[in-house]
Amino acid sequence: MAMVFPIASDTGIGEAAVTAVFGYAVVFVGLVILMALISAVGAFFKAKDRKAAAAAAAAKAENTVPAEASSAAPLAPGSAGHVKLFDVPDKEAAMVMAVVAHKMQKPLNELRFISIKEVKNDEI
Amino acid sequence: MNILETLQTLLEDSGFMGFFMDGGWKNLIMIAVACVLLYLGIRKQFEPLLLVGIAFGCLLVNVSNFFIDGASSPDALYHPELWSQFLDETSEHYHSYGNIMANGGLLDILYIGVKTGLYPSLIFLGIGAMTDFGPLLSNPKSLLLGAAAQLGVFLAYFGAVCLGFTGPQAASIGIIGGADGPTAIFLTSRLAPELLGPIAIAAYSYMALIPLIQPPLMKLLTTEKERSVKMVQTRQVSKTEKILFPIIVSLFVILLLPSTAPLIGCLMLGNLWRECGVTARLSDTVQNALMNIVTVFLGISVGATTVASSFLSLQTLYIVGLGLLAFAFSTIGGLLVGKIMYKLSGGKINPLIGSAGVSAVPMAARVSQDVGKKANPSNFLLMHAMGPNVAGVIGSAIAAGFLLAVYK
Repeated sequence: MAMVFPIASDTGIGEAAVTAVFGYAVVFVGLVILMALISAVGAFFKAKDRKAAAAAAAAKAENTVPAEASSAAPLAPGSAGHVKLFDVPDKEAAMVMAVVAHKMQKPLNELRFISIKEVKNDEI
Repeated sequence: MNILETLQTLLEDSGFMGFFMDGGWKNLIMIAVACVLLYLGIRKQFEPLLLVGIAFGCLLVNVSNFFIDGASSPDALYHPELWSQFLDETSEHYHSYGNIMANGGLLDILYIGVKTGLYPSLIFLGIGAMTDFGPLLSNPKSLLLGAAAQLGVFLAYFGAVCLGFTGPQAASIGIIGGADGPTAIFLTSRLAPELLGPIAIAAYSYMALIPLIQPPLMKLLTTEKERSVKMVQTRQVSKTEKILFPIIVSLFVILLLPSTAPLIGCLMLGNLWRECGVTARLSDTVQNALMNIVTVFLGISVGATTVASSFLSLQTLYIVGLGLLAFAFSTIGGLLVGKIMYKLSGGKINPLIGSAGVSAVPMAARVSQDVGKKANPSNFLLMHAMGPNVAGVIGSAIAAGFLLAVYK
């Protein structure tokens, strides 16, 4: 190819071709190794996340088991069992039980409430 | 006071007389070039933050500097002959910043920051603090596209050698294909400072013209079906991974190519400040205040190198032509590897993200998004294209480091 400047390049065309190919290869190799490093770090963290997720799931399961177990456990002294609520909020149920205990002149822990249900107008 | 003599002295000292001196007409042309660049920067908003500064630097240096017997005007803001002495091993002022400080003008002093590689490195600090490497971390294969898109760098380097440029000059011209202004300035200021003006202007002009240069090549090299591919959501990257990334990249890349240390080191330090979560003030400063200050100095001092006597030459035209070639082939390289990844992934990767491997962040990624959306309106490629885009920044820094290692 014709040179357009009076002074020819100090780098031969063959040498330039080798430098270009080698340079492109160095960029590729460098970034491929970097890709491998990043992938390895990513894989480590993904595995760690999976382990953490599994541990969290296990902990959740453990937390639910004692709750179930506690339902089967003997009741604390002085308690009068469990009450089933139908469409009645806890607060209202507590008020109902307190009113009943007051009217009957009995301590609350000597009464046993089986269930409390709200009776709707259309059920009357 | 002799009024006539004073008037004659004022007239002789004025810049207007300079236009009638030998070669003074070249300054007029450069003033016109500066006005065109100002128009492109202000009116067309082509990389305005840098182009306006470069254009005004060009204007300042060409209204203040008329060469009389090979020497700059007494009141010149920039003195190319001082920098020639600085680079001349036989001169008593070889590598003497003291000589520049003592005898230079305002722009000579600002140019020290370019010559030492200070401004490009500080710009990289800001870029690092502004860049989210999350898309790259969630899809590390993006790095292959960032590597592929350096094709133009080495093809333009080869082309420049064929056209008779010296090896260091060819390397500086080739890096225009990396589509990374600070890297181009960094490499050129070290290898071929005499070409800094045209290379910086070509690099920033083509970066601004990416929305015009890339889409035709993207449409030419991909089918409608390939452009329509919708990519799946990438995984969430943890904070720890983001903190480890700059440390790993710095360790690996600088050990591989120590000459990349100023660029990669600053890029990754900026990113670490962003991600570590305990240096929000520093991250904010380098992203905004420092970045703006350095941009002011960088633009005006690069503009100062566009002295008419050296800028107006056949070389500049070749640099502009080779720069365009470099940009085009970098885009093609990214697209071709994108197509290979499309095939290997069974059509899951949209090859358009390959063109974003040129490191003009985030312009190239936006172009991928726009072209992809035209093919499939429900397509959203931006985040997928950001991976190759930021990989291109690392890729072009490695390419520059390699060329610096060869020719330093």
